[in-house]
Amino acid sequence: MDIVALGSGNPPLLILELLIRLKVREVMSTNLVTATRRDTLRRIQHIMKDMRITGVPIVEHRRLFGLVSIDDIINALENGTIEDAAEKHMSTHMVVLDENMPLSLAISYFRKFSFGRFPVLNKDNEITGILTSRDINVALLHELTLELDRMETSTVTDLKTDDLHMFKVYHVGKYDFENAGKASTDIKRFLKNRGVAASIIRRVAVAAYELEMNQVVHSDGGTITCRIEPEYTELVAQDTGPGIENVEEAMKEGVTTANEWIQSMGFGAGMGLPNARRVANEFHIESSRQAGTKVRVLIRLNEQKEDR
Amino acid sequence: MKCSDLNGEFEALILPAPESDVSGGYTSDLLSDVMAHARQGDVLITIQSHKNTVAVASLAGISAIILCNSRPVPDDMVEAARQEDINLFRTPNNQFDTSCRIRRLLDA
Repeated sequence: MDIVALGSGNPPLLILELLIRLKVREVMSTNLVTATRRDTLRRIQHIMKDMRITGVPIVEHRRLFGLVSIDDIINALENGTIEDAAEKHMSTHMVVLDENMPLSLAISYFRKFSFGRFPVLNKDNEITGILTSRDINVALLHELTLELDRMETSTVTDLKTDDLHMFKVYHVGKYDFENAGKASTDIKRFLKNRGVAASIIRRVAVAAYELEMNQVVHSDGGTITCRIEPEYTELVAQDTGPGIENVEEAMKEGVTTANEWIQSMGFGAGMGLPNARRVANEFHIESSRQAGTKVRVLIRLNEQKEDR
Repeated sequence: MKCSDLNGEFEALILPAPESDVSGGYTSDLLSDVMAHARQGDVLITIQSHKNTVAVASLAGISAIILCNSRPVPDDMVEAARQEDINLFRTPNNQFDTSCRIRRLLDA
């Protein structure tokens, strides 16, 4: 079955991105209803009825031995073998999925084979879940809802602007190269229109851009909060994760965790945080796996600083 | 030298600010490096033909971008350049030859 009409025309980029980003383990059902090889088909028939499922994996000590589908049960009823042990009639020729497979690949399995469900194994060949087309639909709907939420709130929250006072929150999306640089450009324009010295604007722009790009390239998304007062510009970048493993290392010039395609676009040179720190009068960073990364940069508007 | 003086030397893709001054040049394909080291009024010599380069140029005060090696240029990059008043040129030459050419034009 075609879960997403990938073959017809061009699916939206967002869907493609989701299908590639989501891994089977994030989508599969982990609430496994299983039976053992010794269980009778009759018992499995009852499990199916009670749990309203159409396939039961035969599992012992997390090891997968086979699969009994509703077709096997029908055959057993017809042939009078319903009291037999599962191991005599279960399907042992199974196609299984690796839990780290991207969803896009898993979907191609649904097309290629006519099975309604695929057991999912981890690298130790232990069963960790089962994937049905329903799981995929639910996961996609869930992710799309989140994405829509994000898009609805992704307009700038403009709280206060007059003279040299501004307070804005910019939302930055993961891998959103399309809108990358919008926050920094907006901040730069604001300062320029109010006649702030070009050398100061440049420093604010550098810091804002690097913080923004860091969120685009490395984070799961976040916000840049900009407060401008006559004396200073304060930028606070807060993201939702995944956090920086070694902050001290990340502050070194040339150290990067960016992947190849990001680098091919001219980003991820390991200069972002050092650049931001160099132009700042005050710089503070904290990061953890739970709380994500928060960077605060303060640039005083009436004080020159050598930024080269 | 003005950006309009580059017209003819290089293929002008869009010239929204022909009167902008060119006082120097910076050659790099690393946008963070450009951000850190390019100066106001520089022309950026690069092969990074996408719209993020325009954002970097705008933020760093760069007046023009010269894309080398006849790199294909996406429409949204040209559109971004129009909006940000960044002059956009293209050349079949590589970054080294283009840099030398800019040097000679600046010295002339």
